Amino acid sequence: MKITREDVLRVAELAHLDLSETEVETYLRQLDSILTYVEKLNELDTAGVEPMAHVAPPGAQAFAGTPLREDVQAPCAIIGEVLAGAPEATSTHFRVPRVIER
Amino acid sequence: MFHVELMPTANPHSNGSDWTIASVRQALSAKRISARELATDFLARIEKRNPELNAYLALSPERALAQADRMDALIARKETLPPLAGLPLAVKDVLSTRGVPTTCGSRILAGYRPAYDATAVERLERAGAMILGKTNCDEFAMGGSNENSAYGPVRNPVALDRVPGGSSGGSAAAVAAGLAVAALGTDTGGSIRQPGSFCGIPGMMPTYGRVSRYGLIAFASSLDRVGPFARNVRDAATVLSVMAGRDPRDSTSADVPVADYAGGLDEPVRGMRIGVPTDYFGVGLDPQVRERVEAGIALLERLGCRRVPLSMPHTGYAVATYYLIATAEASSNLARYDGVRYGVRVPGATLVEMYRKTRGSGFGAEVKRRIMLGTYALSAGYYDAYYLKAQKARALIARDFAQAFERVDAIVTPTSPVPAFRLGERVADPLAMYLADIYTVTGSLAGVPGISVPAGKTPEGLPVGLQIFGPAFGEAQVLRLAHAFEQSGGAGD
Repeated sequence: MKITREDVLRVAELAHLDLSETEVETYLRQLDSILTYVEKLNELDTAGVEPMAHVAPPGAQAFAGTPLREDVQAPCAIIGEVLAGAPEATSTHFRVPRVIER
Repeated sequence: MFHVELMPTANPHSNGSDWTIASVRQALSAKRISARELATDFLARIEKRNPELNAYLALSPERALAQADRMDALIARKETLPPLAGLPLAVKDVLSTRGVPTTCGSRILAGYRPAYDATAVERLERAGAMILGKTNCDEFAMGGSNENSAYGPVRNPVALDRVPGGSSGGSAAAVAAGLAVAALGTDTGGSIRQPGSFCGIPGMMPTYGRVSRYGLIAFASSLDRVGPFARNVRDAATVLSVMAGRDPRDSTSADVPVADYAGGLDEPVRGMRIGVPTDYFGVGLDPQVRERVEAGIALLERLGCRRVPLSMPHTGYAVATYYLIATAEASSNLARYDGVRYGVRVPGATLVEMYRKTRGSGFGAEVKRRIMLGTYALSAGYYDAYYLKAQKARALIARDFAQAFERVDAIVTPTSPVPAFRLGERVADPLAMYLADIYTVTGSLAGVPGISVPAGKTPEGLPVGLQIFGPAFGEAQVLRLAHAFEQSGGAGD
């Protein structure tokens, strides 16, 4: 086995996913089969190969060395629409369960 | 999911599949039909046919009809019509549409209505397209059969017991069934090309960076692309020209001039060198698909193209590479669905419990599987073995393409090793489903453009797609070759 039940539980914890017992069992089996398959990459000699994180399109700002735009303050015209789409919000804020105990 | 009261109108295009961008324009200019009548006709046909196909998740009649009225006003004033005037267009449900439900085929975004439009949508609408609605897809574009949608599978209009392919299955089915004249899809590992192949219509993945992704809900950011489906290559070229080009709101969009792709379609293909990599014709390729693709290559040779045998030795590593990189990026991109800012929330006593419950019940099985795989591949102790190794393998796959394009103008392969399979036939084995992406994920990793163009049918009547890759920003030559193929009877009868 490439992966243990503890690995599955740890990864679910990292990914903030509540999994049922059946899901834990299913993912254990399926991830094991996928991870066994991707071991295939070990056949490749990649010594001296630079990892490729992305393709850099010509002129794209993200890869041009100065990816950040000027930090200009501007009013948000759609704040009402944005907040209206939230599961729970006030007129100015998203609401979440209490995170600070006092 | 939706209901609109519409009166169908009489017109000669009763099944909707005869329209093209040019014929819509001519009919509108000659006042044989108004844009409002055309929109109404399409919306009515969708109402009638969609319960069977499930291609659309939501309709946007107000938006389509308002646009129709703008076009009709232009016609009444005898003004010049924009390039896509009155084009009935479908939009994959991973692209943001202001005020129109956008779910990504996921329960977790049920009820979400974006506050802004994706750039691709905005540009097409500005060019006169009428947005009919949002099309079904695999959840967050993860899948190759459209069976991973939280809102049920799409049926292939060519064979109703078959899948339409995925993840852009609803867009492909809508165009193939005459429920839209063109559609937007997205392609991360084959999600435009493979459903185009399964449904028997052209579908194009442009070069990485060619079309803005602003407003595209991200799956794997180093791979995601927006592209068109259409009834023919010319229409796909026209739609692509309109939406391509740099967008200041997408820092990964290329600053490369956009050609008039449709304008260059009739230039000759004689003398073009077409590479045929043996690595795409090995074990696992359905003999009936192989036969159609070989016949397609022979047709291109008769058109004066020169066949060049190629070896692309890292092809067999592409699926493993793709599924590590795409899932790693997905695990990061999908971290934003936490029940705070949009979509669905499942309450919890603490913030983390709310996250876990929301994500655990909001995401479907395939999305959770990929988040798990990607999180694992990125986690401490495994990063080098999986993610970094995959990035190095990606460089080798991209090198295969770069070397090939020193010798050829285009690479021709099957789009998918198999034709459309039956609904439910493959859901139990995720790895087997991934392996079927073998011919499409290569070009995704390399960042090059690719199209799937109809290459006839199997004896059972199932469409087969011929895939044509070009070098980065070589859309014009890819489209020209696909057009020549189509116009020379590449699709058979």
